Amino acid sequence: MAPLLEVKDLTVRFTTEDGVVNAVDGVSYTVEPGRTLGIVGESGSGKSVSSLTVMGLTRARNAEITGEVLFDGKNLLEASEQEMRTVRGGPIAMIFQDPMSSLHPMYRIGRQLVEAVQMHQKVSKAAARDRAAEMLALVGIPDARRRLDSYPHEFSGGMRQRVMIAMGLCNNPRMLIADEPTTALDVTVQAQILELIRRLQSELDTAVILITHDLGVVAEVTDDIAVMYCGRIVERGPKDQIFAAPQHPYTWGLLKSIPRLDTPRDQPLVPIAGRPPSLINRPTGCHFHPRCPYVRPECVTVDPTLEPIPNDPTHVVRCLIPAGERKRIWADLKAGRTPAVAAVEAGITNDPEEASDGA
Amino acid sequence: MAPEPIIQVKDLVKHFPIKSGVIISRQVGAVRAVDGVSFDVNAGETLGIVGESGCGKSTTARLITRLLEPTSGSILYEGQDIAGMSRKQLKPLRRDMQMIFQDPYSSLNPRKTVGSIIAEPFVVHGIEPDDGQRKKRVQELMDQVGLNPEHYNRLPHEFSGGQRQRIGVARAIALKPKVVVADEPVSALDVSIQAQILNLLRELQHDLGLTIIFIAHDLSVVRHMCDRIAVMYLGKIVELAGADELYAHPRHPYTGALLSAVPVPDPVLAAAKKRQILGGDVPSPANPPSACRFHTRCPKVVLGTCDVDPPALEVKEGGNVAACHFPLTDSEIALQVPTAAA
Repeated sequence: MAPLLEVKDLTVRFTTEDGVVNAVDGVSYTVEPGRTLGIVGESGSGKSVSSLTVMGLTRARNAEITGEVLFDGKNLLEASEQEMRTVRGGPIAMIFQDPMSSLHPMYRIGRQLVEAVQMHQKVSKAAARDRAAEMLALVGIPDARRRLDSYPHEFSGGMRQRVMIAMGLCNNPRMLIADEPTTALDVTVQAQILELIRRLQSELDTAVILITHDLGVVAEVTDDIAVMYCGRIVERGPKDQIFAAPQHPYTWGLLKSIPRLDTPRDQPLVPIAGRPPSLINRPTGCHFHPRCPYVRPECVTVDPTLEPIPNDPTHVVRCLIPAGERKRIWADLKAGRTPAVAAVEAGITNDPEEASDGA
Repeated sequence: MAPEPIIQVKDLVKHFPIKSGVIISRQVGAVRAVDGVSFDVNAGETLGIVGESGCGKSTTARLITRLLEPTSGSILYEGQDIAGMSRKQLKPLRRDMQMIFQDPYSSLNPRKTVGSIIAEPFVVHGIEPDDGQRKKRVQELMDQVGLNPEHYNRLPHEFSGGQRQRIGVARAIALKPKVVVADEPVSALDVSIQAQILNLLRELQHDLGLTIIFIAHDLSVVRHMCDRIAVMYLGKIVELAGADELYAHPRHPYTGALLSAVPVPDPVLAAAKKRQILGGDVPSPANPPSACRFHTRCPKVVLGTCDVDPPALEVKEGGNVAACHFPLTDSEIALQVPTAAA
């Protein structure tokens, strides 16, 4: 299927007093209609900036943006601010993390929804209000017509996030970008919201980009996953592949550092040593090398490119460790061995203590 | 040997008054944040308290450390009731009970150096009056929690979130407390850093013989850290069980729904499970539902019983203590909670 969104070699740099922040560095991905791409990474990995740039929300004076963002074949990076206004909230909608601060506290919910509808559709106020009530009902807010007259503070966190989703979907977008949509919510409400996004997606055939740090969330709702680190995609592939045969040491680290309900309770957590690097002074070579337990001499100098793994062109990884060895290390990790042991077995001898400084 | 309770909480209640009127203010109601909670904490164990926002878990933590005054009920610390104690009476006990807070940004004074933040407990309690000796103790603590002792004179903003949380941990263990209450200690941290702090807490517990009360909303983290777990809903404990029992066979439908809602980072398991999605939101604690407070959202509700007759906390099948008239059966658990041990 032809991709709906194609991001090609996107680079975003911000010039600040402290230096140039390389927020996004050569990111490429595609999203097809009806599919969900999960972008995973920690704070500062560039996952939010890359999607804000798709929406044209990073166009600051100190920002330097290169690459291409093709939506339906049209490069959004070249679109004027006026054109972008017709795109935002129209064919591409976005839901943000914090449902409290994304709604205007002094306007009634109904007025905010009506504004969103009338911004993109030439309809009467009454018709826009009907549409707003319909959307509120669709996202599961009881007594929707009456609740149009409520203020945001009268809604709970989960309900506010539903309002945001209703607002995002009221113009039948072809693509929805959800930036940590459930991070501020409780698990039971998170389950409701994820279920809602999934249901609406299958009904409306919307493409979704879901940005999150929660591997559980991506496992449940996405089709493809891109793992970002230090402004770059370090691994990308179909969801099942990423979980069954992850290739990048950072992905391994993420998978082994979270406590989960389906592993033995006393299984120790393996944190990733050190902490995320500065985006101003990035490490040389592979940006992950200072935290990587399997670092080799060439990792310090050679910057790996995103290469497909053998026999699977859809699964790409940015790592210098040979594929056979990666397979062996992951098998060791999966069997519960520590990274230090796995590294020695793979014939990599270095002092893991060196990398575990700080935190 | 039966485990010895270091803290015994009995019928603990905290109501926050809702006032109305500007000049002549009168109480028009109360938010029943904690409404009759009883549990024991054994020496050396980690007791987890889980629940959604607004269930009263943080209020319970603040009551145990007496940062809040209970409305009624008792808190026995080593046999002594601390519920009604004055500030003066409490001061010597504060050495034994310390707290780690959620937000490593707002819980550290931005204008003080890390050294003086960690030294504060010594100053407050008049321990180590000698400056040189105190500095040495602080640097030992910094080393113990994995901070570079040379960073003694730095300010909090020079540290990352994970490092700041280490500062908070160092401050909490400075006086060699017996009990540490950790209120969502890792929820503000990135996943890779979260594991570092969790491992640190476990290590310190082992080395110092700490009793930890661990409060969190993340059920996977709680399972990893705790020996026993109390599940709270709207100011009440609905289930209390050992970690293995709670996750293998939750008996309260609320616990079942919580476990069912946790996303599992495994696509195969995730696809196999039949999610139990709760409808609606947590009702207001100012006006909680009658009898069993969960009956408005419960998938197993039987009207005429659940909304009339408050269930007592009692031992159910498998050893879990739960407050429910119709606890979950094993077949229901197997269907909803794919991670439950078969």
